[in-house]
Amino acid sequence: MTADAWVVVGLCAVSTATIKGIGPFALGGRPLPAAATRVIALLAPALLAALVVTGVFSENGHLHVGDEAVGVLAGGAAALRDASILVCVVLAAVVTAALRALT
Amino acid sequence: MRRTVPLPSATAAAPRAAFRRGVREGAPFAAASLLLAASFGVLAVDAGFPELAVVVMSAIVFAGSAQFAAVTIIAAGGGPGAAVLAATLVNSRFLPMGIALGPSLPGGRWRRAAQGQAVVDASWVMAARADGTFDRHYLFGNTGIQYVGWLGGTVLGVVGGGLLGDTDALGFDALYPTFFLVLLIQEMRKGRGRGVAAAGAAIALVLIPLTPPGVPVLAASLAALIGLRRTHRPAPPSPTEGAT
Repeated sequence: MTADAWVVVGLCAVSTATIKGIGPFALGGRPLPAAATRVIALLAPALLAALVVTGVFSENGHLHVGDEAVGVLAGGAAALRDASILVCVVLAAVVTAALRALT
Repeated sequence: MRRTVPLPSATAAAPRAAFRRGVREGAPFAAASLLLAASFGVLAVDAGFPELAVVVMSAIVFAGSAQFAAVTIIAAGGGPGAAVLAATLVNSRFLPMGIALGPSLPGGRWRRAAQGQAVVDASWVMAARADGTFDRHYLFGNTGIQYVGWLGGTVLGVVGGGLLGDTDALGFDALYPTFFLVLLIQEMRKGRGRGVAAAGAAIALVLIPLTPPGVPVLAASLAALIGLRRTHRPAPPSPTEGAT
């Protein structure tokens, strides 16, 4: 296990550095075409929405709805009321924990 | 929504001021990262990782969702190959993000690749300007403070994990999605991309039961290609268009 753990750590480090580095390595300081700029501006909402959905509804490759969905909703509601991100994530955890304690 | 903003002068803000602003605005995210990292530390030690390996992983991988993915697979009895593959897939979103960032970085190839390591989700989103360029000094400051939170939280989780007990009972699994949801809400307030966010969410939802972890998120990035259609000029026969 110990050896496996270090292999995982080492390979994950190499893989992450490679993925993060490829784009900047290949593309230098020249302006992008307008169409590419529009696509880039839309990448963040697409990726973030997908990260929220997979974080809430994916469990071991299956769709699943649990108490944490309600907690995340509560955190999102706080964000809409301009709460700081720390308040939002703590609220989400507290609501989730409370639901689990009650059910 | 068609923007014809010219490229700004690269010296719009003093680098040091931008860096400090990045640190300041990244601090709340660093505090949230600290909680997430603590839960990661607990999970990884429970999965059988040596304590030092857990801390080193946060120090040199520094990619939260990928670290969670890898350790979750080991905890479920998977092998190191499957764990690394899952982490790589989960990280695959950094590929388009790096492509977007590249043109905003100065220097030679290797120097740009090194600077590209500073990308994490929150800093990348917040460092983006409306014209598609990125404020790299802001990015460095924003990521830097989050690195401190991530590494510090991991140490706390590894050392004090026994005190926390069952992190699922504490609702820690709600932390990560909420972190991303807050970022998404901030992005929506800029008034663009609602339809794209909905499409990205739908793509991910459909793919969750069909593909390995990470693929739903990577595939969702394709929703951004709708941006290609919002042009009124006929496609010019320009060879540089395909370069991106």
